[in-house]
Amino acid sequence: MTSELLRFTTAGSVDDGKSTLIGRLLYDSKSIFEDQYEAVKTASERRGEEGVNLALLTDGLKAEREQGITIDVAYRYFSTPRRKFIIADTPGHIQYTRNMVTGASTANVALVLVDARKGVVEQTRRHAIIASLLQIPHLVICINKMDLMGYDRAIYEKIKEDFEQFASKLDVHDVTFIPISALKGDNVVSRSDKMPWFEGATLLYYLENVHIGSDHNFIDARFPVQYVVRPNNDDFHDYRGYAGRVAGGVMKKGDKVMTLPSGFTSVIEKIDTMEGELEEAYPPMSVTVLLKDDIDISRGDMIVRENNQPEATQDIELMLCWFNEKPLQLRGKYAIQHTTQSARCLVQDIQYKMDVNTLHRNLEDKTVRMNDIARIKIRTTKPLFVDPYRQNRITGSVILVDEGTNETVGAGMVI
Amino acid sequence: MNYRLNHLKELESESIFILREVGAQFENPVLLFSGGKDSILVSYLAKKAFYPSRVPFPLLHIDTGHNFTETIEYRDKWVESIGARLMVGSVQDAIDRGLVTEEKGYNASRNFLQTAVLLEELEKGKYDAAIGGARRDEEKARAKERFFSHRDEFGQWDPKNQRPELWNLFNGRKHLGEHFRIFPISNWTELDVWQYLAAENVPLPSLYFAHRRKVFYRDGTLLADSEYIPKRPDESVKEMTVRCRTIGDVTCTGVWESNASTIEEIIAEISSSRQTERGGRTDDKRSETAMEDRKKDGYF
Repeated sequence: MTSELLRFTTAGSVDDGKSTLIGRLLYDSKSIFEDQYEAVKTASERRGEEGVNLALLTDGLKAEREQGITIDVAYRYFSTPRRKFIIADTPGHIQYTRNMVTGASTANVALVLVDARKGVVEQTRRHAIIASLLQIPHLVICINKMDLMGYDRAIYEKIKEDFEQFASKLDVHDVTFIPISALKGDNVVSRSDKMPWFEGATLLYYLENVHIGSDHNFIDARFPVQYVVRPNNDDFHDYRGYAGRVAGGVMKKGDKVMTLPSGFTSVIEKIDTMEGELEEAYPPMSVTVLLKDDIDISRGDMIVRENNQPEATQDIELMLCWFNEKPLQLRGKYAIQHTTQSARCLVQDIQYKMDVNTLHRNLEDKTVRMNDIARIKIRTTKPLFVDPYRQNRITGSVILVDEGTNETVGAGMVI
Repeated sequence: MNYRLNHLKELESESIFILREVGAQFENPVLLFSGGKDSILVSYLAKKAFYPSRVPFPLLHIDTGHNFTETIEYRDKWVESIGARLMVGSVQDAIDRGLVTEEKGYNASRNFLQTAVLLEELEKGKYDAAIGGARRDEEKARAKERFFSHRDEFGQWDPKNQRPELWNLFNGRKHLGEHFRIFPISNWTELDVWQYLAAENVPLPSLYFAHRRKVFYRDGTLLADSEYIPKRPDESVKEMTVRCRTIGDVTCTGVWESNASTIEEIIAEISSSRQTERGGRTDDKRSETAMEDRKKDGYF
């Protein structure tokens, strides 16, 4: 039981073969059960469709089945002896940015499907831009439907070149290209004998082996306090523990630490769990930290190293994805959540909107509507302890909440 | 330097994070406890999340009165061992008071009556968060469920208007009278649950292990012979070696022919199984969207 967890996101429209690909990964890894398969088969027949529509496996809601579209992010699970996989399957059309961004926020790998017949299209670029914006560490471009193009190497090379040219403008570091046929199974789970010219790994081999050990930040110690544990019973009389999930760095017993916002310093006396003490804790572990000195710490505070602190600031610049039908209000006030802190914020400036298909900066039209991405400036009611999103996805991210409706209306990444 | 967690430890850490968020963001949470392995897991993780404090919220069991006797015995022992407080909402009592009406006829089940009793208990206790053991891999409607799932003042779920959930940021804001359903083990699969319970040596109800029991077939599902299920003339009872893959009400929980008598044998059996665990649940088979329909009404 030493297998790791890998989260990946897929995006695409109905016709680019995404459902077929997921269906194949699930089916070939024996993650589709007989009764699920039978239910989907019956439903397909009832709808008068030819063959078994594997999309019905992921389209779980009644409205989705009726309209034949995916509305919401669907999570699917499969595992091989090496890894357990969580797929965040996001729809291509409706509410695309909102769903892609949601799926991308926790992903290690983004899987982008390209139809070999069409090459790099708007949707390919959009997905890659979002993957770059959300700093998904690994990008894999599956050039699908190679069977319809005679498994031609030139087609593959052309698409690869087109994509690389476009990707040079993006902030992506690890891109892999795989020519596949999801329908026929070429290079998905087993190697294709139709494309001997391709020397890379199959998709499943890639997913099982891509190095994700460095996807967390192990350098800058960040421990947002989530909950103060005070048992107040005879066995644990003076116990005062700070429960939380390590957001960055490695925390060791005996480390000299500083707490924010107070600025007091102390030493880690103990890293506790129900199974006993630990010598060290690292992301994404949930632990309870005890300090030598009795200082006043509560939820929303952060434990860091004295010589390596996040920025404590009330003025924050964000790349913001907007999710709500009501546009973002300039000078508007919203509730803001960052790690375990809550505050309020004022939108001070909307600098530009970014075209999610071309990266073009729109400086004229600054109305930020649903699915728009914009660069904005906010001022918060109290200092937040932030890192640039590029350095840490946890301490560099925020959500905005409408104070009237309580809906989550935006997601921001600290620049 | 190898700072890596295995997948079970990572899932554990995620669930503990969610449970602590509930402890911090809500005033009066409650943990829904059915006696099945998933709610056992959630309550076990809750103990870990707040250790060495006691779990800061009570467990609530909605008792249909149609239980396997083993479930209640296990429940009382387990609750004591984790040092939690137990509350019970009784479906029988709700029937007697006229809040709900008992279903009649073939496949009658009190499973559906649980929703009204649950909503009443949540209102009575003024609970603002109900924590449950639902998993996304269980059923297609649950695959779209959030960790923090908002319910309106009628307890209803609006699947088309869910709040997006990003990173580690969970929005538990609500208006007065509304509540949340919280699903800390959303990302666990059936196999993960078993592997973890085995690794942690958590004691489990005997129903999960192979035992001799009087059973009969109905619509392709093997059901336990019980006074609560009237049999039709053509249904004959025989004794077989079986076990449960899920534990619910006697009237809708299918049993499986199995010789798996240890947790390791169960894991081997699930790994090679070709049927989902809810394949034996007659409550899911009523229609293609049975689960979604019930969830919208406030079912767990």
